[in-house]
Amino acid sequence: MNFKKYENKHRNRVIISVLVFTFIIYNYFVYSSGTENHAPKLTEEAIKGQDLWQENNCWTCHQLYGLGGYLGPDLTNIISHPNKGENYIKGFINSGVKSMPKYNFTETEKDQIIAFLRAVDQTGYFPNYKANLQPNGWVELNYKSADSISHPSNK
Amino acid sequence: MMYKAAQFSKNKFSLQFILLSLFALILGNLFGVLAGFQYIIPDFLKELLPFTKMRPFHDSSVTSWIVLAATGSIYFVLSNVEDLTIFSPKLTKIHFYLFLIIGILIFISIGTGYMGGREYVAFMPILIVPILLGWILFGYNYFKTVLNRVKNWPVYYWMWGTGIVFMIFHLAEAHFWFSPYFRENFVRDLTVQWKSYGSFVGSWNQLVYGLSIYIMAKIKNDDSVGRGKLPFFFYFLGLTNLMFGWAHHTYIIPTQPWIRYVAYGISMTEWIILGYMIYSWKKSLSEEKKENNTLAYQFLMAADFWIFINLILALLISIPIINFFSHGTHITVAHSMGTTIGINTTILLSSLFYIASRIDSNFKDNIKQLLTGFYIFNGSLIVFFGALIAAGLKRSEWMYFSKNMPFAEMKINLANNYYVFLISGIVMFIGILMLTIPLFKVFLKAYKISAKA
Repeated sequence: MNFKKYENKHRNRVIISVLVFTFIIYNYFVYSSGTENHAPKLTEEAIKGQDLWQENNCWTCHQLYGLGGYLGPDLTNIISHPNKGENYIKGFINSGVKSMPKYNFTETEKDQIIAFLRAVDQTGYFPNYKANLQPNGWVELNYKSADSISHPSNK
Repeated sequence: MMYKAAQFSKNKFSLQFILLSLFALILGNLFGVLAGFQYIIPDFLKELLPFTKMRPFHDSSVTSWIVLAATGSIYFVLSNVEDLTIFSPKLTKIHFYLFLIIGILIFISIGTGYMGGREYVAFMPILIVPILLGWILFGYNYFKTVLNRVKNWPVYYWMWGTGIVFMIFHLAEAHFWFSPYFRENFVRDLTVQWKSYGSFVGSWNQLVYGLSIYIMAKIKNDDSVGRGKLPFFFYFLGLTNLMFGWAHHTYIIPTQPWIRYVAYGISMTEWIILGYMIYSWKKSLSEEKKENNTLAYQFLMAADFWIFINLILALLISIPIINFFSHGTHITVAHSMGTTIGINTTILLSSLFYIASRIDSNFKDNIKQLLTGFYIFNGSLIVFFGALIAAGLKRSEWMYFSKNMPFAEMKINLANNYYVFLISGIVMFIGILMLTIPLFKVFLKAYKISAKA
């Protein structure tokens, strides 16, 4: 009986060790090649824009890639939207309409937020209208190709 | 009333954790209801408490409820039911006051607008340092309490231990964005952020599910519920989900496809695990034991129902083609509300009713009011859940099939859903109050007596 208990304890430790080891390897790949993409790195300006996005809790109402709150629209591709884009955002951002708080962003801050949203736009699409929906239930995403991404320094 | 106060004087801090958790639950519900009003009346409290503050208040409060109730319950059962001597009551005290101060600082951070964090962790990012320290203290105290003192650990001891360890890792992971390596690559940053969220929910699930198995074993008075090959098989399956099953939140982010293959493969079998165990346990439980633990039992049965409902939803949204249409809609909210309220809260209330019945043997005198609260809570949650699913279907239809309809028009179309969502939320709050106020009174009285002892 004691031997059996020892075996169980040993077995549990072996399984935990195997799982943790696999987890470390898995994380390594998630943090590296698994999340590589064509989009350029966020510039200093875009990172400042992301700081503003966080400090003002824009995510409570808006989403990026469908992640965030649902009170406002998703902004993943707002920059490249044919009827919206930078001027629309600049005009809207301090308006305080409906549930949106009345912000007082300076022109520099507006540019920083736009730089962040432009960087997000360059990473891909949401909704991903051109995804390939397969009969077996799998979805092949439509990735933004390197050619279709303009470098932020050109903007 | 018969209080076994002296018996519970060993670790009064467990009662403080529980009292604080109940306060957080009530507060979280209140903020949730107020946020619901803002969906219908956009100007409601806009100047005083805009949605950009209301939601972080709500998120932080309900997250605190889950974490504090689980922590308090674990401390309580270790010291008062298992009769183990907590390695360091002083560390428990430090842990409690640390979390209390952090809670106050989080509220100050949100209230004054000095935030800078991200979804679910909106507070000033520097606060993650003392939060991690609190978890490390908890882990150290836990392992020093049970290692070498308990032989042949039942599964719930493993679950609590791994829950604490993985909570520390994934809370830290949620802040990897401090490093430019993650931050400069938006796809990596967003993926890791949501990886950490999926996994730290998995980590607190280890704490909460461990409690549910513990209560089952105690109600049934059968230690085998937490031992043997089957509970451990399910435990390891749950742990595998915690580690590798998070990516259904990020199917749509343009990562490499293998991340989605792994997530799809592993899927969300965790729900099957607990559902199966509760089902097996219920079958073999005598009527007398059910009667003596009516509320703890009722809540575990309700958790079984919610596991079943959420299992169906979780499995569906783990299928990529369904996830494609449901992601970014209220269906995701239904999934998270269904699990945090339907499963986590229900199990934690079961745990608190179990503890309350041990503290006060006459607690079941309130049974009519408590059962009314129980039915109001669960009935309103069904309506609430249904309203979110219906809103999600409408939003998905707008996203993919009515692209030319302006966002504002789509929101007007959702108005009826929001009304149902708000009303059911208010009714749920009433049900929660009917359950938590009597619990709060029992724990407060026990705390006062134990503090004097």
